[in-house]
Amino acid sequence: MSNKTNRRDFLGMSFAAVAAVGGAASLVGMKQAWDPLPSVMAAGFTTIDLAAIELVPGKPQTFKWRGKPIFVLLKTADMENFDGDLVIDSKRYTVAIGLCTHLGCIPAWKANMWKCACHGGEFNASGVHTFGPPPKPLVIPPFSLEGTVLTLGNTGDESKAMIAARA
Amino acid sequence: MAKIEESLFSAEGFDKRMAAGKFWKTMMTEYWIPKDINFLWAMGVVLAVTFSILIISGIFLMMYYKPDIGMAFDSVNYTIMQEVAYGWLFRHMHGVAASVIFLIIYIHMFTGIYYGSYKKGREMIWLTGMLLFVTFSAAGFSGYMLPWGQMSYWAAAVITNLFAGGSLEAWGLVEWIRGGFAVGDATLTRFFMLHVFLLPLVIIMVIVVHFYTLRIPHVNNQESEEIDFDVEAEKYLAGNKKESKVIPFWPVFLSKDFAVVGVFLIFYFYLVFYNYNFAMDPVNFDPANAMVTPAHIYPEWYFLWSYETLRGPFFDMFGMKAMDIGLIIFGFAQASFMLVPFIDKDPDILPAFKRPKFHIWFWVMIVDLLVLTVYGKLPPTGANAWVGFYATAGFLVLFAALPFVTKADAKARGAL
Repeated sequence: MSNKTNRRDFLGMSFAAVAAVGGAASLVGMKQAWDPLPSVMAAGFTTIDLAAIELVPGKPQTFKWRGKPIFVLLKTADMENFDGDLVIDSKRYTVAIGLCTHLGCIPAWKANMWKCACHGGEFNASGVHTFGPPPKPLVIPPFSLEGTVLTLGNTGDESKAMIAARA
Repeated sequence: MAKIEESLFSAEGFDKRMAAGKFWKTMMTEYWIPKDINFLWAMGVVLAVTFSILIISGIFLMMYYKPDIGMAFDSVNYTIMQEVAYGWLFRHMHGVAASVIFLIIYIHMFTGIYYGSYKKGREMIWLTGMLLFVTFSAAGFSGYMLPWGQMSYWAAAVITNLFAGGSLEAWGLVEWIRGGFAVGDATLTRFFMLHVFLLPLVIIMVIVVHFYTLRIPHVNNQESEEIDFDVEAEKYLAGNKKESKVIPFWPVFLSKDFAVVGVFLIFYFYLVFYNYNFAMDPVNFDPANAMVTPAHIYPEWYFLWSYETLRGPFFDMFGMKAMDIGLIIFGFAQASFMLVPFIDKDPDILPAFKRPKFHIWFWVMIVDLLVLTVYGKLPPTGANAWVGFYATAGFLVLFAALPFVTKADAKARGAL
């Protein structure tokens, strides 16, 4: 402290420092009050048994995980192979979060692609964007695989590989 | 403090304690308004009346509304609409007023632009007014979520997704705003809080500031004549009411305003009783469903123009993703009109009809906004996408052109 700093300045600065620390701490608390609750975070796991759901090739089914739709498509022979497919016993699957990567509408399946009604975005059978405003492929949810059972929310090697293939 | 002998409960006693007379004079009977104005200058009071209607109808809706995803839809569509006495009336008044208030805000705003009432001393009025536009937009959006129908849900999903910031993928921010992985109960309840408490509180405070910012520079007039308010006020107070160019806010100006408010309320209640459907989208009478997106989703009419700037650029350009360009233009559109006082380079305050090039600019801007509004509602396919693209480009070009347009006018007039 310089010689010119007197007692009043010291009081003023102390007051400002205490108020700043208190203010910052309250902001942290208020920010955390808006975070997703522990119960919401804990409810983030869903299992899908690919052997049990009786997928028809070329017709995706939709499941719900963390309040979001999950598309599971068993590819037909004439759909192009993609490095990012989930391959189990020579069957090729597309597994993706069914929300348009533009602004989050659910694209609808039209014969061989997903088309989004909101802003016209299109995704092919591998979930890769082919037209319109979506900036990237459909997002791959983190999942682990045991046999034919997917556990969504649990990051495993298969989902990592699918995500890497689309990056 | 001077010793006050008079009782609080006497006129003089109250006045001595509160300076009520002086306050009334400053705010009302000696707040001078130019005579040379037209009905468009009544929009501020029309807005104040509409906002009051929103508050009163909102209070009655709040007493039965349940901000819980399991109960919200029925509390609106069953309890309020069918059980509560006049619940249907309060809902339709609230919904129609929310829609109509934007119509009046736009008229109010473009009156200001037309007559040059935003510049050279009146910038603070303009900025607080635009801040009100933004807070009213937030209030409109948060209120639209509350009935928890399909449009409520998907509007909430799409708009909160904007905060992912396109390619930035600020995923954590979206989940923080929603309080969950998807729009859900936490989202509904916090937007209820924003809609019924925080946003109205902010709006009321900004309205007070907005009124105050007008008090010192005074109201503009049709010819943008520079009036010496002190001289004209003296004339009026001396009894030369005919000669004076000003009138007091109360009772003269407000009595004219009330006439306009009367006409407006006839129009408003006609809508409330006979044509409320335009504010009640049929899609929103299906309960929210996270697993089905409606075939077409679109915002209410007053957000369509800026929504269209979001989806206008539908292909990648300049090495940027179409979505990011859309987001940037959309972000700019929200704040764009705040810039007007600073990019208008004409040193004079003049109405548009005395600034020939600006006059053309003004009407082209109106037409462009109307085109954006119409195409914002249509599905973005084929030729529609291109109209939206060019109208969006036109919107940006108009803003880029404003400094040159206003300079050219000033030069032609010899002011620069």
